[in-house]
Amino acid sequence: MQEVRTTWRKKRKIENPLIRYGILVLVLAYLYLAGTGVEVNADRVSRGLSRVGLLFSGFFQPDFQSRGKYIVEGILESVAMTLASSAFAMILAVPIALGASRNIVPKWVYLICRVFLMLIRSLHVVILGIIFVIMFGYGPLAGVLTLMVNGVGFIGKLLAEDIENIQEEQLEAIRATGASWLKTVVYAVWPQVSTRFIGLSIYRADISFRQSTVIGIVGAGGIGAVLDTAMGRYDYHTAGAILLVIIIMVLVTEYGSSAIRRRIV
Amino acid sequence: MPIITKGNSLSWKRKTPSQQRTQFLVVLSIVVIFLISASYISKQTMWEFVSDAPIQIRDFISRMFPPDVKYFGRVAPALWDTITISVFGTGIAVVISFALAILAAKNTTPNSAVRMVVLTIIVASRSVNSMIWALLIVQIVGPGLLASIIAIAIRSLGMISKLMYEAIEEINTEPIEAITATGASRAQIFVYGYLPQLMPSFVGTSVYRWENNIRESTIIGIVGGGGIGMLLNSAINRLAWDQVMSILIVIFLTVVVAEWVSAKVRKSIS
Amino acid sequence: MVEIKDLVKRYPSGQEALKSVSLTLEENTVMALIGPSGAGKSTLIRCINRLVEPTSGTILINGTNVCELGKKELRLRRRKIGMIFQEYALVDRLTVMENVLSGQLGYVGFWTSTLRRFPQDVVAQAYTLLERVGLSDFVDNRADQLSGGQRQRVGIARALIQNPDLLLVDEPTASLDPKTSRQVMRLIVELVQERNLQCIINIHDVVLAKQFAQRIVGLQDGKIVFEGKSAELDVSVLNTIYGEEDWNIKKKKKEDEDDEADIFSMGE
Repeated sequence: MQEVRTTWRKKRKIENPLIRYGILVLVLAYLYLAGTGVEVNADRVSRGLSRVGLLFSGFFQPDFQSRGKYIVEGILESVAMTLASSAFAMILAVPIALGASRNIVPKWVYLICRVFLMLIRSLHVVILGIIFVIMFGYGPLAGVLTLMVNGVGFIGKLLAEDIENIQEEQLEAIRATGASWLKTVVYAVWPQVSTRFIGLSIYRADISFRQSTVIGIVGAGGIGAVLDTAMGRYDYHTAGAILLVIIIMVLVTEYGSSAIRRRIV
Repeated sequence: MPIITKGNSLSWKRKTPSQQRTQFLVVLSIVVIFLISASYISKQTMWEFVSDAPIQIRDFISRMFPPDVKYFGRVAPALWDTITISVFGTGIAVVISFALAILAAKNTTPNSAVRMVVLTIIVASRSVNSMIWALLIVQIVGPGLLASIIAIAIRSLGMISKLMYEAIEEINTEPIEAITATGASRAQIFVYGYLPQLMPSFVGTSVYRWENNIRESTIIGIVGGGGIGMLLNSAINRLAWDQVMSILIVIFLTVVVAEWVSAKVRKSIS
Repeated sequence: MVEIKDLVKRYPSGQEALKSVSLTLEENTVMALIGPSGAGKSTLIRCINRLVEPTSGTILINGTNVCELGKKELRLRRRKIGMIFQEYALVDRLTVMENVLSGQLGYVGFWTSTLRRFPQDVVAQAYTLLERVGLSDFVDNRADQLSGGQRQRVGIARALIQNPDLLLVDEPTASLDPKTSRQVMRLIVELVQERNLQCIINIHDVVLAKQFAQRIVGLQDGKIVFEGKSAELDVSVLNTIYGEEDWNIKKKKKEDEDDEADIFSMGE
């Protein structure tokens, strides 16, 4: 009988200890360098901490009255922006998603649409907001366009992925009948993805609402601007009121959207 | 798919009459809501500006190109700051989320009161946008990298914790049972039973969040201070469109690189 | 020796899984627990090492009442009770070696086990056991890369590295094909004899039970309805336990001889 081994070491992902420890050293060095770049002004922070009390008092005694008109307008604007942009985004996303699906369009169309979606998605919604405000001026129009473009990017990519995941046989079967491209889409593609599409759109509307509360900070309409102003004026009571409304509405829309999505699946 | 009888003949329609009516009503109400919203927005829009838009856009685009190449020198340190914000913000959030997730998962929480509290914290942190958090934090610690880091961290807390505690609730309990049956201590059960199952999804979630946070970090500077966002804000205020273009290009490239890194790391885990 | 007296398990819903069960297990014996689904077999097994907390009754293992042990003492006692599971219960992402070594967790300290620096004699034992169950070539493979039969053998090695005096086995063959089931059962029985253990096997396959166990206990609806030598198991007893059925419990000699060669070969 051969000698029994008595030692055993766990196999590591990176075998070479030099590389392993080298990476560790680099990571630590980075953390140190980056960390020292963060200025913590102790003085400012301690002064700020005393302000936390003010902030909390503001939130627990929200003031809905003095700027109430602005708050209501802001919320209505945010809601309107969400609804309008969602409708447009749904409509526009479909052709782009179809164009970005490898299994139903020629390669050049696919590439163009994919790159287009990538470009749109790489821009943060706030940056889109800035761009549209510059082009179209302050106000909810810029907001609608922002949310719409962001929405097209979101729905477009996910829908394209869904379309690419459909069962090939169904596609082939319809194609074999000699159907035109459009008919193929309607009869083979759409039935398989329609439920997911609705679910995605509802989810997107939820996200759009959340974003609509923020893009106002850069002037694209909605409650964000009102919040920014209130903060700037240190009006914590109004700010608290706005935050409460935002939180409640976000929770409601999130609950509603997931409830609807669960029912249709 | 129903078959409908009309007198003596059978016809086949895709939906029953009542289904058709429901569908019609749903579509009608959606269209009505849409029209109301659109008109509301239209009232708020200053259409003179909009008619101006095509000229504006052409002007805007012409000024954007060529992008200011010399400006890249200034962008680099700002980019470093932005990455710092995302790394530290995500890092802090991951550590705290780990603890929160353990408290929030049905199978590892000490008691349900604690669980409720933690779940509320998680929901609250997710509902509010990081920009809004930044607005708040700036009031406390003043503008700068610190405010941005904290804002990103708070926002990520909710998202990471939710995915983490869902992963904890979904683990396979059999190996845990087996490890317990050998007489292992609670800590050993955790290291041998829980960790190996949870590691991949934890790391995956964290890296995915980091990749997303890079995007958030680039603009959080607008409100919180620090990083590329602040640079972008000042360039816009100065109407220096070619510099704005440089910044946008850098942001785009950074996001692409971050996505690539994140995809590679996540693939190497699974 | 294991003595169970008047064991009761009642769930908060009121359901009584075990209704005053009493039985005795001698050394160097394989006892099979059979009965219909929901009879309480799994519950009984899990009460012995308190993975399920008994409602009342006593469980004496070598004289100590397991039910009265505090947390720390329970852990110490569990070290000497090896358990084998139906779905193998391996940690999928860990290697075969780590899974086997995890049986020793009750014996080594936290840092020792976390850093995987197990003592030399433990590692030697692991290698020996892996060879005994025929998995020497799979030491560094991840557990989820193995077939069902191979995984079950890892589970057996893990239970044995605890140097147990009692082996609890919960449906070891439910997820395996008939040939592998016989190989696993034979391995368990051989190991029980080699190490002079006591062993309770919860099994639904009455053919295997009669073939490999020395004593059989029939459980029905939380109560023992039969206890005796496996030779005493015949059709009328089975009808008592399971209800009327067409029982084919003749041994199949030919299949047995085919399996002899396989247990020491590598892989499936």
